[in-house]
Amino acid sequence: MGRWVTACAIDDVDEEDVIRFDHEGKVYAIYKSPQGEFFATNGVCTHEHAYLSDGLVMGDIIECPKHNGRFDYRTGAARSAPACVDLATFPVRIEGEDVLVEVG
Amino acid sequence: MTDVALNPRGRRDYDLLGADGRRAVETGLAAAEWYHTDVPRKQMKELMQRSDGPAIRDTILWLGLLVLFGASGVYFWGTWWCVPFFAAYGVLYGSASDSRWHECGHGTAFRTQWMNRVVYQIACFMIMRNPVTWRWSHARHHTDTIIVGRDPEIAVMRPPDLVRLILGFVGISDVWYAMSDMMRNAAGHLSAAEKSFIPAMEQRKVVRTARIWVAIYAGVIALSIYMQSILPLMLVGLPRLYGAWHMVMCGLLQHGGLADNVTDHRLNSRTVHMNPVSRFIYWNMNYHVEHHMFPMVPYHALPRLHAAIRHDLPAPTPSIWAGYKEMIPAFLRQLRYEDYFIKRELPPTAKPYREDLHVPPMPGAAAAQ
Repeated sequence: MGRWVTACAIDDVDEEDVIRFDHEGKVYAIYKSPQGEFFATNGVCTHEHAYLSDGLVMGDIIECPKHNGRFDYRTGAARSAPACVDLATFPVRIEGEDVLVEVG
Repeated sequence: MTDVALNPRGRRDYDLLGADGRRAVETGLAAAEWYHTDVPRKQMKELMQRSDGPAIRDTILWLGLLVLFGASGVYFWGTWWCVPFFAAYGVLYGSASDSRWHECGHGTAFRTQWMNRVVYQIACFMIMRNPVTWRWSHARHHTDTIIVGRDPEIAVMRPPDLVRLILGFVGISDVWYAMSDMMRNAAGHLSAAEKSFIPAMEQRKVVRTARIWVAIYAGVIALSIYMQSILPLMLVGLPRLYGAWHMVMCGLLQHGGLADNVTDHRLNSRTVHMNPVSRFIYWNMNYHVEHHMFPMVPYHALPRLHAAIRHDLPAPTPSIWAGYKEMIPAFLRQLRYEDYFIKRELPPTAKPYREDLHVPPMPGAAAAQ
């Protein structure tokens, strides 16, 4: 069972955008969907080392800023080459104004 | 601009499975973190925004002109009047396809992904680049730009092969290699180098595409024989030769004569001001430092990106002519001193070049000058 940690405030992320969250040496990406829901994935692309928080969110898709690899950030599923390996996802919940992520 | 000649340290090994590539991995030069100019997130998001409009307009214009010039060339076939039409058709086929392949391969030209995929396949066929192989080779080119032994797309290796460079303007060397690769792939073989950057799950697609292309070219050749005319080949295949000059003219400027084995695109890439016609054919890839630094910014937003970060870049080369004036002497010097490269001055507003990952000269090497 993982631990819940506060990643950011709900206003720290724009709708249809992503921010980076670093915790205990690991990098996470925290997303807010166009519908205002929050999601969290591993923060580094599974293809090569690039921070997804520098990428572009389009609907349910995060595009890696380096090579156009695309993932569905809700499920972590790799959607287009050169991304072939799915992203790890992490449970998210809201407490008051905070976004909490369950880290492993 | 500063001319830089480091110590000669023996021939570079461009083999993707060779010593320089292994050394780049060992020293952290491969898959390194590259220098980026700081751009506020809000502004970068705006620059990365996708749109179908500009690419639909440009694609209709591109394919429409191809049909117009191609049909006119056929109509006037047998007279000298066909020459200008085929000259224009050739550039749109053998040069404009390069930038369409490139932008659609990045997935940035259109917002709608199936449009990127369709234009990518068409352009790949025209430019004779296997769409699977080149998607992966280009990913490596962006990971390890002009890193010797890692980047499969280094157009001018050192010392420069000037004969090959000149033949490239009429596509001869490119087409020879493209046809050889196509036949080899169609026979089911991938080279060790290809296997080094194409994942196993993608390799079957390389073979399938090559077989489809062989069938198409066989059909065009058969039609030419049947008609006892090269006219079908003038429309499919040969434009990759007689229309390649513009692609090569622009493409050599991207990195020619600049540094290798660095992790700062300002040192190994060149932005060149160009006329509007060349920019249409080249889809704004003259903003090449900007493209490499932020590859997910669509071609139509590159002028805005340039304006946003120009304070941190060397001054753009003012013209194609000026680019060749600095590049050709560099190529000639590299014939004697492989390590020679052009280092452009940064404006006072720029952050210094990132040079910490330069591969040092081999100890004991003699000074070059």
